Amino acid sequence: MAIETRERPRVSEEPQREPQLGAHLVLQALVREGVEVIFGYPGGAILPVYDALPYYPIHHVLVRHEQSAAFAADGYARATGKVGVCMATSGPGATNLVTGIANAMMDSIPIVAITGQVPQSVIGMDAFQETDITGITLPITKYNLVIRSVDEIGPAIQKAFYLARTGRPGPVLVDIPKDVQLTKGFLAPRQELNLPGYRPTIVPHRRQIRRAAELIRRAERPLILAGHGIIISGATEELVRFAERTQIPVGLTLLGIGGFPASHPLCLGMVGMHGHAHANRAIHEADLIIGIGMRFDDRVTGRPSEFAPNARIIHIDIDPAEIGKVLKTEVPVVGDAREALRLLLEEIEPLEHEDWLSQIRSWYRPIRTEPSGPDGVLQPQYVIARLHALTEGKAIVTTDVGQHQMWTAQLYRCDIPKQWISSGGLGAMGFGVPSAMGAAIGRPEAEVWAVVGDGGVQMTLNEFATIVDEQLNVKVAIINNGYLGMVRQWQQLFHNRNYSETPISSPDYVLLGQAYRMPARRVTRPGEVDEAIQWARSFRGPALIEFVVNQEENVYPMIPSGGSFRDMIDDTQIEGEW
Amino acid sequence: MVTVRSHTLVVLVEDKPGVMNRIVSLFRQRGFNIDSIAVGHSETPGLSRITLVAQGDDRKIEQLVKQLYKILEVIKITDVTDDNPIQRELALIKVTATERNRSDIIRLVTDVYQARIVDATPDSLVIEVTGSPEKVDSLITMVRSYGIKEIARSGVIAMARGARVVAPAAQPVVA
Repeated sequence: MAIETRERPRVSEEPQREPQLGAHLVLQALVREGVEVIFGYPGGAILPVYDALPYYPIHHVLVRHEQSAAFAADGYARATGKVGVCMATSGPGATNLVTGIANAMMDSIPIVAITGQVPQSVIGMDAFQETDITGITLPITKYNLVIRSVDEIGPAIQKAFYLARTGRPGPVLVDIPKDVQLTKGFLAPRQELNLPGYRPTIVPHRRQIRRAAELIRRAERPLILAGHGIIISGATEELVRFAERTQIPVGLTLLGIGGFPASHPLCLGMVGMHGHAHANRAIHEADLIIGIGMRFDDRVTGRPSEFAPNARIIHIDIDPAEIGKVLKTEVPVVGDAREALRLLLEEIEPLEHEDWLSQIRSWYRPIRTEPSGPDGVLQPQYVIARLHALTEGKAIVTTDVGQHQMWTAQLYRCDIPKQWISSGGLGAMGFGVPSAMGAAIGRPEAEVWAVVGDGGVQMTLNEFATIVDEQLNVKVAIINNGYLGMVRQWQQLFHNRNYSETPISSPDYVLLGQAYRMPARRVTRPGEVDEAIQWARSFRGPALIEFVVNQEENVYPMIPSGGSFRDMIDDTQIEGEW
Repeated sequence: MVTVRSHTLVVLVEDKPGVMNRIVSLFRQRGFNIDSIAVGHSETPGLSRITLVAQGDDRKIEQLVKQLYKILEVIKITDVTDDNPIQRELALIKVTATERNRSDIIRLVTDVYQARIVDATPDSLVIEVTGSPEKVDSLITMVRSYGIKEIARSGVIAMARGARVVAPAAQPVVA
């Protein structure tokens, strides 16, 4: 059990008198950046840092696979708004981080990955456990670097954290050769960073704000699409004020969930491939789209040429490269979402859109949440709806990727930011359990539910051991339909029901839970759902519930990949088939 | 109307290891082909000047420029395509030369192209030519019939005409 008994000295603010090993300087630099937790896994090339680790006030979480270290750092960052840190050795340790780093890149998550590297004397010699990790992660990091000498440790780590958390956040990898860790030196004081090529625009240009306000004033059917940028910049309050003042409805991207309260009358819920029908119809009919902190991902737009065909576009984003990438933008606003909304609020007077809002309301049809399907089998949507009801919508919810993810996105109606943690851009299966670990470590007071599929959970269920070691308040809800469900749904709809390699077996999750010393239950009938959820909530610490659900249930509505709103498949259309 | 044409970009970057890799890798990631790339020092110590030539429609090139700006060491990018810039390339061309045609080649190269012969052996000549890429292309076409043994081209460098300069706007960021 990872219970800390060793006394941990505070890092002194005094200048060092004696030179210290680079490994110590690395940890001192991390402590200086406010790091309290590292998710990691030791190995040869990072051993000096692990040797020094017990002497610093950093809680190290020993994961069971480095991929989970990166996912956990990601979940920690999303739940807390701080920079998440993962650490691994060279070679396989470093390459195992890759999926998690790519995930953080796609979803703009601030993480810093520390990797050990073989000594510089053998770099390039194909040494044992050597890989060119900076080369490998070049396209999936915001920045990466190799520390070449002990003097660079302080500035490099300072730079890594600064880059990870500022502007459009993202992952930064710092590779540290073993000889640097073993060389003695001094930690350079924090200093002004000279980064002439890195100057993110925070406050948008006033003229663009005026142009945006003018378009908003003239629009009859405006719609806000709020993305992850709202949560990153902490713009929820400003967005609520702006939406209320202008009476403009708000659709959320998958990662925007929680950025605007789901219970707010102006909230339309999620948009896109599996978005609510009324929300997507609103996009289709809108005459103005205001995209804020979102990137018009293809899971949102479908076929770009038919996305919002009647609308002019205002796009607010901190990353200028996102503007005009997918859609022709009439008013580009480069800057932080919160700053942009503040300026817009100064610019714009109260507006009314009663006709438009009542039109959208008339299109509303709730997502179906019947307890059981045609054969009396448990329906997955019901499980999520009950989870939402019993936790009063207040839990932190993480997911893997697939059908359960979409049902949770549709039905776990989040009211506050940093509550919804899901792999959006990369769509990484196996994300749910380790990201829940990160969230639970970062927010120990929170109730954390990892809603996962039977496919995804089998990618990272080794982390049950970590959850139990750390006694995290993580409740794992496995939605087991015996299939790689979302792939099966695509096979059903677009590949003539050829269920090639999508039926997947599972271990006995209750026995598995016991094997990991994790209380576990199985639920097969609607009547057992509430009791099981309440059971898991009745104690602090890990719990596992397997919900055995209707195997061939689909996620609706659905806009097929590359389609438009007109191609939407709704559950009513296929009802006769069941 | 999407028109694909050749764009010339002048990119000022910090002179640090790995920067060229980041730039070239970005072209690869985004599916752009680089027609020409030439690097050298700029007027400012610590800054290198890259001249890049790539094909694309204006919107795609604009996207490429924005993506390039995301590379930390990239200070400034200027698309000089529409400025009718001075474009120059250096080429060394080794051609087969016989007793019989040697004087023809020398006359063509020196009189018509104002190029120089920088090396001669009994059966070959090395021509050094500087000029626009079109001029270099033209010379290569003309000497091809004599038999080209080897060509080395430097890639294009470019500079705007007149007083206009491609200067960095450097302000250090305080962390």
